[in-house]
Amino acid sequence: MNLPVADEAVKDSGYYRRLQAAVEELLILKGIVGREEIDREVAIMEARSYRRGAAVVARAWVDPAYRARLLADGAGAVRELGIEIGALHLIVVENTAQLHNVIVCTLCSCYPRALLGMPPDWYKNIEYRSRVVREPRAVLAEFGLALADDVAVRVHDSTADMRYLVLPQRPEGTQGWSEEQLLEIVSRDALVGVAVPVAVPAAPPSPASPAPGLAA
Amino acid sequence: MTATLHETIAPRFGVGDRVTVRLAWPPGHIRTPVYCRGHTGIIERLCGSFPNPEELAFGRPGLPEQPLYRVRFRSLDLWPDYAEGHDDVVEIEIYQHWLQPASSVEQGQHHQDVRA
Repeated sequence: MNLPVADEAVKDSGYYRRLQAAVEELLILKGIVGREEIDREVAIMEARSYRRGAAVVARAWVDPAYRARLLADGAGAVRELGIEIGALHLIVVENTAQLHNVIVCTLCSCYPRALLGMPPDWYKNIEYRSRVVREPRAVLAEFGLALADDVAVRVHDSTADMRYLVLPQRPEGTQGWSEEQLLEIVSRDALVGVAVPVAVPAAPPSPASPAPGLAA
Repeated sequence: MTATLHETIAPRFGVGDRVTVRLAWPPGHIRTPVYCRGHTGIIERLCGSFPNPEELAFGRPGLPEQPLYRVRFRSLDLWPDYAEGHDDVVEIEIYQHWLQPASSVEQGQHHQDVRA
């Protein structure tokens, strides 16, 4: 049987890409899913950005009542902002002056994609997954984050049905900043816990432009 | 009494309880990391009940649902040669059928390999 191959680039780009293309073509040929359905899902996945998570953090920094709701019921508080996350079970963990949180999935690569988009390659890498539980401070130092000795590290291994978001500390020097300005200093890596936000003043965004990445 | 497919198994542990992870090596799609098996931690929270992924992975319904906990382990308890902070911890999601009350294990069963 001659199976159509998606394109030459996929065909030549390695075993797993070829396997993925073959499974995709089989699912389509057998009528289990349609090409349009796959394209639509891929488009949804690619449209999600960590800026959704950054918006959640910025709101929690300016609104103490929202912060409390976020820590008590992560998914419910995210949905309050109109962010569509499906059936995500979310636990939000808060950094303090004495505690730093970092997220990993040692078994595979579980990641809150509905909130942060696609995981970075290093998150799926066996080196990160095996080392960050065993020597988190050494791994964080390689990311450029040096923790003080009096800060405890709490590693969250995302092994089952829950997904995690780190609520970083609001950095010094951001008093009076708007929610939109704060959003700009929250990086993807800070939301996973391998970085912390710093107060780098950004040009204030134009009030007319909506925050990108927030729309479903 | 055997639970029916549609029942949810009642949670057996509460927040703060000391639990020991079964030291077992069953084949299949197991969501309990090897590095915590046989180790003791405390229940940080009950996350709810979910279909058993060990069953779901083989196309079965995974029912009755299993209570899922987050268990907090001291890094020094997981790895006696852990060389970083004394207060560092790892928190892991573990299903109830992998957990035993720590006291029963400490009365002589510790390090006994109960291969399943």
